Amino acid sequence: MKTNDIFQILIFVAALTLLTPLLGKYMFNVFSGKMNLSTKLFGGLENFIYKILKIDSCEEMNWKKYLWSVLIFNFLGFTFLFILQLIQYWLPLNPQGLQNVSPDLAFNTAVSFMTNTNWQSYAGETTLSYLTQMLGLTVQNFLSAATGIAVMLTLIRGIKNKLDDKLGNFWVDMTRTTLYILIPLSILVSVMLLSQGVIQNFAPYETVKTIEGSEQVIPLGPVASQVAIKQLGTNGGGFFNANSSHPFENPTPFSNFIEVLSLILISASLTYTYGLMIGSKKEGWILFGVMLFLLLCGIFTSLYSEYIFNPVLSTASNMEGKEVRFGIVNSVIWSVSTTATSCGAVNTMHSSLSPLAGMVALINIMLGEIVFGGVGSGLYGMILFVFLTVFIAGLMVGRTPEYLGKKIEAFDIKMAMLAVLIPNILILVFASVASISETGTSSLGNAGPHGLSEILYAFSSGAGNNGSAFAGLNANTVFYNITLGIAMLLGRFGVIIPVMAIAGNLVKKNKTPVSKGTFTTDNYIFAILLIGVILIVGALTHFPALSLGPIVEHLIMKSGVAF
Amino acid sequence: MHFKMKNKKSKLFEPTIVKTAVFNSFKKLNPAVLVKNPVMFIVEIGSLITTVIIFLDISKGEFNSFNLQIGIWLWFTVLFANFAEAVAEGRGKAQAEFLRKSRKQTVARKFTNGNETLIEAGLLRKNDIVVCEAGDVIPADGEVIDGVASVDESAITGESAPVIRESGGDRSAVTGGTKVLSDRVLIKITSEPGNTFMDKIISLIEGAKRQKTPNEIALTIMIAALTIIFLIAVVTLPPFYSYSLNASGLQEPGNISIPILVALLVCLIPTTIGGLLSAIGISGMDRLIKRNVIATSGRAIEAAGDLDVLLLDKTGTITLGNRMATDFIIAPEVRQENLADAAVLSSISDETPEGRSIIKLAKEKYSVHPKEMIPSNVTYIPFSAETRMSGINIKDENGNIRKIRKGAADAIERYIELSNGKYPEEVRDTVRKVSSEGATPLVVAEDRNVLGVIRLKDIVKGGIRERFAQLRKMGIKTVMITGDNPLTAAAIAAEAGVDDFLAEAKPEDKLTRIRKEQGEGHLVGMIGDGTNDAPALAQADVGIAMNSGTQAAREAGNMVDLDSNPTKLIEVVEVGKQLLITRGSLTTFSIANDVAKYFAILPSLFAVLYAFEKNTGPLSVLNIMQLQTPQSAILSAVIFNAIIIILLIPLSLRGVKYRPLGAEQILKINLFIYGVGGVIAPFVGIKLIDLLINAIKIV
Repeated sequence: MKTNDIFQILIFVAALTLLTPLLGKYMFNVFSGKMNLSTKLFGGLENFIYKILKIDSCEEMNWKKYLWSVLIFNFLGFTFLFILQLIQYWLPLNPQGLQNVSPDLAFNTAVSFMTNTNWQSYAGETTLSYLTQMLGLTVQNFLSAATGIAVMLTLIRGIKNKLDDKLGNFWVDMTRTTLYILIPLSILVSVMLLSQGVIQNFAPYETVKTIEGSEQVIPLGPVASQVAIKQLGTNGGGFFNANSSHPFENPTPFSNFIEVLSLILISASLTYTYGLMIGSKKEGWILFGVMLFLLLCGIFTSLYSEYIFNPVLSTASNMEGKEVRFGIVNSVIWSVSTTATSCGAVNTMHSSLSPLAGMVALINIMLGEIVFGGVGSGLYGMILFVFLTVFIAGLMVGRTPEYLGKKIEAFDIKMAMLAVLIPNILILVFASVASISETGTSSLGNAGPHGLSEILYAFSSGAGNNGSAFAGLNANTVFYNITLGIAMLLGRFGVIIPVMAIAGNLVKKNKTPVSKGTFTTDNYIFAILLIGVILIVGALTHFPALSLGPIVEHLIMKSGVAF
Repeated sequence: MHFKMKNKKSKLFEPTIVKTAVFNSFKKLNPAVLVKNPVMFIVEIGSLITTVIIFLDISKGEFNSFNLQIGIWLWFTVLFANFAEAVAEGRGKAQAEFLRKSRKQTVARKFTNGNETLIEAGLLRKNDIVVCEAGDVIPADGEVIDGVASVDESAITGESAPVIRESGGDRSAVTGGTKVLSDRVLIKITSEPGNTFMDKIISLIEGAKRQKTPNEIALTIMIAALTIIFLIAVVTLPPFYSYSLNASGLQEPGNISIPILVALLVCLIPTTIGGLLSAIGISGMDRLIKRNVIATSGRAIEAAGDLDVLLLDKTGTITLGNRMATDFIIAPEVRQENLADAAVLSSISDETPEGRSIIKLAKEKYSVHPKEMIPSNVTYIPFSAETRMSGINIKDENGNIRKIRKGAADAIERYIELSNGKYPEEVRDTVRKVSSEGATPLVVAEDRNVLGVIRLKDIVKGGIRERFAQLRKMGIKTVMITGDNPLTAAAIAAEAGVDDFLAEAKPEDKLTRIRKEQGEGHLVGMIGDGTNDAPALAQADVGIAMNSGTQAAREAGNMVDLDSNPTKLIEVVEVGKQLLITRGSLTTFSIANDVAKYFAILPSLFAVLYAFEKNTGPLSVLNIMQLQTPQSAILSAVIFNAIIIILLIPLSLRGVKYRPLGAEQILKINLFIYGVGGVIAPFVGIKLIDLLINAIKIV
C-alpha cells in the first residue's frame, strides 16, 4: 500500500462526506415539496405531467394502493422494454442494422433494467440499437432508480407518521425524483464527462486502420448521457460491453473520480435526507457511518489482497484485468463501491481481482446491497437490518423492541425476515443447482474454486440487483437468462413488497416518546450492534459457500497453485 | 404469610419437580406438541433422520459409532429443551397444587326467600344468595349485600390479619375459600361454578391456558426465519461440496454424510433460545406470583416492562395512610395554651389517626392531657361531609355553651361568617402557607373566634424518594393522584420526588389522564381498588387491582395483587423488564455462539478438499481451535450445543439480573456478557469438550 493510495482514498471519502449533507438537504426539500432551484426550471413541467396524466397530486395513497402503482408501473416499463428489443430491427436509430433480440435475452434484459440490476447478458455495441439503448434502457435507468427512492420514501413516512394509513403519492414521488434529482444531476455529470472526452453522437460505427495496418471497428453512440444515469441511479449497465473500463465511457482519472463518486453519491446522501425527514440528523449520520465503515473495511481488505505477493504471478501488485490509467487503488475503490452500492458498473474486471478482493465484492452483494446500496433500495434494506438489530438487542434493555418510537412487532419482523430471506435463498438455491448441473457448469470460464465463485457471483449479482459480473461466466444461455431473470425479479420485489407492508403497518402505530428506558439508535453502541448483526447474518449464511470459493482460492494461491 | 414464605424457601430444582419434569420431557417429544416450537421441531426431525440412518446401517451390517453418538446428543438436545419447559411448568403446578389443597370443599347455606337450605358449594350458580356466619368458609366468589364481617383471607393472600368486608362501597367483594371470622353476612354469588377467582388463579398458575405473548410470537418468527436460512445454507452445502470434490479430483462418495449435515444444522439454528423461550415466559409469570401478583395474561407482564408512566395514588403508596399533626399555629391575640386546649377538646371524640395525632402533639409539646380536662355535659359534633367540621359543645355551670369546632379552612370561614364573627386575614395567610408546604391546615374556632391552625402533615414513606429516583433512571414517569388541593399536592409531590401530580382528582380524571398519556404514545400502569377505579384499570396498559378491592376492579385489571400493596406496581415493572432482558440476552447469546461452531465444524468437513498429495487441504487453517480430529470436532460442537441448554436453565428460570439503570448502561452490560461472552464461551467450551472426548477416546 502506498501513501498515494491512502491519499486517494481520503479524497474520495472526504468528497463523499462533504457532498452528502448538501445533496441530502436538497433532496429533503424536493421530497417535502419545498421550492428549490429546479422548481423554477421544471415546476411547470411537473404540473403539466400531473395534468395530462390526470393525477391528483394532493391525493395520498395507503400502502396497498401505492404498491399496486409501483407494480403496475414497473410491469408496463418491463413490457415496453421487452417488446422494444423484440422489434428493434424495424425501428429507427439503428445505423448498424442490429437484429431483433432473442426472447430469453430480451426477458433477461428487460427484467434486469426494470429491477435496477442492469445485469448484461448481452454486449451493448453488438446487440442493441441506439433507440433501444436510449428509449428503453436509459429511460428504465431513470425510472428504476426513482422507484427505489419512492419505496424508500414510503418506509420513511411509515416510521415518521403515526396513527395514519397514508404513505404519499407514488406518481408525485416518481415525478419529483426524476425531474428534480435524477435529470438535473445527470445533466451535470454528463457535461462534466463530456469535458473529459466521453462521446455523445448518433453516428454509425467507424472503421479505422490501426498502426499495425489491420482494420478495427470503433463503436460510437450517445454514451455520456447514459453513463451519467447508469452511475447516479446505481444502474450500472454500460453502453459498451467493457463498461467504464472503455475509454469512450471513462477516459481519464478525473472522469473516473466523477463516475465512482456519482455511483455512491445519491445513496449516501439519502442517509442525510432520512435524518432530516425523521427529525434527527444523528440517526442519518449513524447509518452513514455504519455504511462507510463497512465500505472502508472492504476497500482495505481488497487493497491488502491486491498487494500481497502472488506466487502464481510472481508479483506483489496484481494489475491483471485493470486499466493502466486507473491503477490498483482506483480499481479497488470502484470495485468495492460498485458492489457495495447495487450499481454494478465496472472499471476493472472483477474476475481478475485477487481472490480476497473478489470475495469482498461478493460479500458486499450477499449482505443484501445495504452498504450504501442501490438508490433508495440501499437505505430501505439497511433499515430492515436496523429492525432486526433493534429486535434482537432491544429486548436486552427490558422493553419490547421499538425503533424511533415505533414498536417492532410480529408482523414487522415477519416481513423483515422475509425480505432478508428471499435474496439469500435465491442465491444459495440457484447457485447450488448451477454448481452441480451440466448446464450450469458448462458456462464456466475457469476451473477450481474460481468457477464456484463465478456461479455464486452471478446469482448474488442477480438477486442483489447489482448487475456486475465475474466475467468468466458465459451467462447468455437460456438457463442463466431465465434463472437470473427470476433471481432479479424476486430479489427486487421480494424485498419491495415486504418493505411496503412494513411501512403500511408502521404508519398505523402510535409513537412511544423517548425516555431513559428507551433503546436509542443514534449512538456508537448501536452502530457496533448493527454492524455485528449485518456481518453475523450475512457471514453465517454464506460462510460455507465462501470458504469453498474465494477463501480456499486465496489459500491455494498462496501456496502457488493455479487452476 | 405462609404462601409467600413457602415460595421463598423453594429451591430451583426440587426433587419431586425434577422427577416429573424428566418424565414430561419424554412426553413432550410428541411431534404434535413440539411443532409449536419450530426450532426444536427441526431438531427432532433431524434426530429422527439420524436414528433411521443408524438403523439402516445396522441392518446392512455396518455400525458407525460416530453417527450413534451424534444421534444420542441430538436427542439429548431436544430432551434438554423439553426439560427446561417441563421444570418451569412443574414449578407453576406445585404452586397451583398448594392453592388447591388450601381450598376446602364446603357446604353452602343457600338463602332463598328467608329460608336456608344446605347445598354443595359446587352447585351454586351466579346470583344465588348464601349466608355466612363466623366460622363458615365462603363457598364461592361473591359480593356482600348485607352486613359486615371480618374475613380471614390468608388462603389467597398469605396475610393472617383479618380484613373487613361489608356491603356497599369498595370492600364488598369476597373470595371463595376464605373464612368468615366474626358476624354474619349475606353474599350474592358472582361467578359460575368452576369459574371462580380461585379457579382462574389456579389455572393461570398451572399455565394450562398459557398462550404465547406478542413479543414471544415475534421472537419465534425471527428464530424460525433464522432456522430457514441455516436450513438452506446446510441443504445447499452438498452441491457446493460436490463441485469442490470434483475440482480437487476426489470422488463423489466423499460427500458430506447426512448425520453430519444434521449436526451442522442443529448447531447453527438458534437451539439455545428456541429451547429456553417458553421456560423464560413461564418463569416470568412465576416470579410475579412469588411477589403475590397474579397476571391474567402473559401479555400484561410484557407490557409491564414497557410501562413509562405510572399513576400512583398518594395515600398508601406515596404517603403513609395517615396524616399527623405537627404544629399548632395561633391566630393573632390568642394564647398558645388556648389553641392547644381547644384542639384537644375538639378531638376527644375523634378516633381517626389524625385526631389521635392532635392529642398526642398537645400532650408532648404543650403538656395538655385530655383526661384531666374532660368536662361533663358535653355534646360531640361528629364530622359530616356536609359541614366538613367536627367539634364539641360544652355546657358550663351557668348553662353557657362553649362551641368548639375544627375543620377545613373554607368550612370554618363560612361557619364564622354565619356566627357574625371575623375571620382574621393572618389566619388566611397561615392556611395558605401551610397548604403550600404540603400540609393540610385544620382551622380551630371557639364560638365566634378563630383560635388558630393545626398543621396536619402527610408523612411521605421512607425510601420512596429513592424509589422514584430509580424509576426516573429507568425512564419511567410517576404521576401522583390525590384529592388534595394543588398547593398541597405540589408540595408533597416535591417532597416525594414524583414527576407530576394530578390534584383534586375525581375518579373520571384518572381515566382522562390515562387516555391523554396513551394518546401521546405512553404506556400507562396503575393500581387501584375501588369500583370507580374500574374504568381506569381497564383503560391502563397494566392495571393492577388490589385483592381487597371490589369485584368490578378485579375484573377490570389485568393483574391482581394479593397483598393489596400499592407499591407493588414498581416490582411488577421490574419483573416485566427482567423477562424481556432474559429473552434478549439469551437470543443474543444463542446467535453469537454460531461463530465458534462454524470454526469447529467447517474445517473438519473441508480439510480434505484441494489437499492433492498432502494430508490436509488449505482450509484446515480455519481449525483455529486446533481440534484433534474431524469427528471429535463435530461431536464437541454438538455436545456443547446440547449442554449449554441445560447450563442455562437456571438462568432462564431465575431471569437475568435486573439493574435499575438507564437503557444504555443495561445494554452495555448485557451486550458484554451475552454478546461478547456468547462469541467467546463456545470456543472455550468446544475446545474443552474436544480435549475430554479425545482423552477418554470415545471417537
